[in-house]
Formats: sequence, structure tokens, C-alpha cells
Amino acid sequence: MKKYGKQILYMVIAVGAYAAVMLLVNMGLLSRQMTSLIIPVCMNIILAVSLCLVVGFLGELSLGHAAFMSIGAYSGALVLKSGLPVVVSLPLAVLVGGCCAAVLGFVVGIPVLRLKGDYLAIVTLAFGEIIKSVFNAATPITGGAGGMKKIPAVTTYKNFTFVYILMLLVILLVSYLVNSRHGRAICAIRDNYIAAETIGIKVSRFKTMAFVISAFMAGMGGVIYAGNIGILKPVNFDYNTSIEILVMVVLGGMGNITGSIIAALLLTVLPEMLRGLSNYRMLVYAVVLIAMMLFNNSPMKRILVEKKNMRQAAKIQ
Amino acid sequence: MTLLEVKNLGISFGGLRAVDGLNMSIEKGALVGLIGPNGAGKTTVFNLLTGMYLPSGGSIKLEGTELVGKSPARISQEGVARTFQNIRLFSQMTVMDNVKAALHNKIKYNLAASFLHTPEYRRKEREMNERAREILQVFELEQYVDYKASNLPYGKQRKLEIARALATDPKLLLLDEPAAGMNPNETAELMETIELIREKFGVTILLIEHDMKLVGGICEYLYVLNFGTELAHGLPEEVLNDPQVITAYLGE
Repeated sequence: MKKYGKQILYMVIAVGAYAAVMLLVNMGLLSRQMTSLIIPVCMNIILAVSLCLVVGFLGELSLGHAAFMSIGAYSGALVLKSGLPVVVSLPLAVLVGGCCAAVLGFVVGIPVLRLKGDYLAIVTLAFGEIIKSVFNAATPITGGAGGMKKIPAVTTYKNFTFVYILMLLVILLVSYLVNSRHGRAICAIRDNYIAAETIGIKVSRFKTMAFVISAFMAGMGGVIYAGNIGILKPVNFDYNTSIEILVMVVLGGMGNITGSIIAALLLTVLPEMLRGLSNYRMLVYAVVLIAMMLFNNSPMKRILVEKKNMRQAAKIQ
Repeated sequence: MTLLEVKNLGISFGGLRAVDGLNMSIEKGALVGLIGPNGAGKTTVFNLLTGMYLPSGGSIKLEGTELVGKSPARISQEGVARTFQNIRLFSQMTVMDNVKAALHNKIKYNLAASFLHTPEYRRKEREMNERAREILQVFELEQYVDYKASNLPYGKQRKLEIARALATDPKLLLLDEPAAGMNPNETAELMETIELIREKFGVTILLIEHDMKLVGGICEYLYVLNFGTELAHGLPEEVLNDPQVITAYLGE
């Protein structure tokens, strides 16, 4: 019964958050600045949760998440610009963006996932820069460094419902996947890939699977970005973007979906909230980052977690 | 009936002939020991049997199926499971999930079921939970199901590793120094457990061990390895009194 209690709690939070945002927006209680942040928050949650699958659960450091996002953004933007009615073009764009990113994730993943640790990080970083250069060079399609312009603004706060459902879907699918046969295989590879192999898990297959799923979701996030910002420039998808998403995952506590969501929310809103204190903005931002890191690794947190474990154990006996 | 037939197996690392011309034949249901001084190549034999190393020559047949050239994952599906000298658990996962991960190829459902938690998912997961609990009960680990594997005490981690190996439903179970780091009481308990699982799971066991009490106590047959080649094989009482074997262990 306890299990259902948790599910109901999550549902209440999901519906509550939606209702709260809709209420605030419709009553005009949010400033323009805050309203403009609604979609980026959802987008960053999608990106963070999808990266969490690779970094937190598969245990591989990928620094190329912005590249998958950019593929999704550009290919999705082409669909959005095709002139189809929004009801068709938006879901189609999301699908196309996701698929393009997934295909690229597959092609890149096969050779790259043979590497481990730092090597994988370096190669994904380089891959991101290559993609950026390609978009810069392919002027006829992408508009080059000047950017792809006049993308219909379809994912503004007016289409919040669609974006919110997409975000919930991503969260739900990732957390369902993690608690399944396939998710266990992915986590087993993270913890000990040699042992994983000897119990019959095809390591490279599951690594590629996690990588492709993550790329697909990043691609969808990219489409949301394109429809929100209206203009795509390759420079917006450099390694800084990848690292920003990575910071969300790391701050959220690797392999913790709820943590990633909260971190994505805070790290999107915080820099904007601090605009008023423009002189001290980056200082406060940095202090908050360090404080969160310290808390995540603090003895106090460890004691709290251990107490929780003990309670659990006591209940079992 | 012969379960495992190893013929002329060899592997070199650079100039070192780690295993050379090894022949082994293991009967179904047997409990066989593989012993030898440090560096004799015992773990290398396990790595060859599980496909982690590709031999430079020879053949390994499990019930007539050739294992050489197959991937470790494939060999696991053929029915070979192992534990490691230095414990390799999925340390961040729970005890339960460690065993359920090993049921990967035994109880299956597709990716869509994983994503959507369909009724099939729920049915198969229930089946997995039951099976995992059954196995954990044999090792008296059932009260630790929700513990993180890394939080278990050492002796229980060893047991969990054996439990995980058994979850793949192997024909042949390879135990690499199961009693390493255990005190005499724990070793005695382990010996009972090993005999119990052989009966209960009908599995053939090949084990590497340095604890001669354990080896002499439960093994029915022994292979002795020294410098990668076979020094002797036979019944424990014969082999352990063989002057050649004593020399290999203790020197002249």
C-alpha cells in the first residue's frame, strides 16, 4: 500500500505544479521575466533528466549533450517552419527532433562508447564542437553563424500544457526505465561492467541503448528550445551548455531523478532572480553551487541517509 | 556424464605462458577443486572459461558446446557463472537488485514493457521478486533485501556474490577463493552452504581455494596447477600427499 501512497504523492505534485503555474499566469501574478522562464525550466528538466540516464545511471561522463540538443533544435525548427498548422507541426517537430538526435546518438555511440571515463568525456566534448562547426558551415540550411531565423514561437508559455506533458512523459519514462530489467542492466554496468558481463548482460548493447534514449530526449528538449527562442545560433550549443546541464545532474546527486529536477529548476530560475543584484549575481550563484555540493557530500547528509537505512532495516525485521 | 571438457588450453601474455596445455574433465554434479601456489594461473583459467580472455589455443566444451570465441555474456547464457577473488558486486544497487540483475536472461520482457510498466512488466517483476527471494533465503540474506550491497558485512557480500551467480541458473559454477578473508567459523559455514547449493540447485562446482581444510573437506577431485601447467590431478587424499605438490607449495 505504501508504494501506491508514493505514486499518489507524485501525482499530486505533478498536478499541483501545473495548476499553480496556470493559476499564477492567468491571474497575472507572475512578472514577464518569470513567465518567460516557465518553458526554459521545463526544457532544462527534460535535458537534465535525460543526461541523468547516461551520467547517473550508466555512469559515463558525456560532455556532448548540447550537441544532441542542437540536432533536435535545428531539425525540429525545419519542421516548425514548414507552415503546417501548429497542432500537427509541434508534435511532429518534437518527434523528428528526437529521432534525428537518436540516430546521431546511435552513430556516435557505437565507436565512442568503447571508451571509458575521461576518454569518453573528451571525445563527446570534441564531438559537440564538430557538430557546432558543421552547423556554422552549413549556411544554406542552418543560416550559419548568423543563425536560423523566424522560427514560429510555438513553445511559449501559451503552450505550457504541451511542454509540461512532454516533460512529465520524459520524467515518467526515465524513472520507469530505471526500475526495470533494462534499467537494472544499465546500473549494473555502471557499478561493475565485468560482473555485468559475466551474468549475461550485453554491455555495449545496453550502453548504446541508454545513450540513444538520452539523445532522443535531448533532441526533444532542443525542439522546445527552438520554438521558445525563435532563433538558433550554433554558438548557443557550445560546451558551456553541455556543462550547465551536467552541473544540474551532478548537483542533483548523480542517479537521482528528483534531485536533477530540483537542480534544473533552481539553476534556471536562480540566475534570473539574481539579475537585480547584478554586481553580486555570479558570486551568489557560485556560493549556492558550492553550498549545494558541500551538502551533497556532507557527513550530515550521510548520517541522515544511514538513519533512513536503519529505519528501513528495522521495519523489515 | 562429462559436463566440462577442457583440451590443451593455453594463453600467453607477452612472453609469459600463463596457462599451457591444460586438460580438464569435470563430471556433471561434481565438486572439483583447482589449487596451486600463487601465480600458478588459476584465476587465468577462470577468465578463460568465462570468455574474458581469448585462449591462444585449445578448446573448452560445455556439454559438447564449444565456448572458445564466445563473449562472456553468451557464455553466461550457455550456463557458466562465476564469483570473483576480489568481490565484484553492484555496490550501489540493493541486495535484491543485485540478484534481479542476474535474472536478466532468465525472466525477460521487452523495452516497451520497461518504459510503460505494462501488466506483463508487473507479472514478470513479481516472478523475479519471488525467485530472487528464494535464492536469497538459501544464503540467509532475505532480511537484507533493501540494503545497498556495499553496506553488507564482508562475509555476506561473498554470499551475495554466490547468490547472484546462482540466479543465472548455471550448469557450472566457478568460485574464486570463496573463503578468502573468512575466519574458521565463517569458512565452516561456507562449506555447508556450498554443499547445500550443490544439492539444491543441482549445479556442478569448480572452486579455487587456498584453505586446504576446505579443499580437503568438500572437494571430490582436485587439479593442481603450477606455472600454468598441470602438476597433478586426482582424489584429494592422494593429491595433497603428493611430494611434488608439497614441494610446489612449500619449496624444497
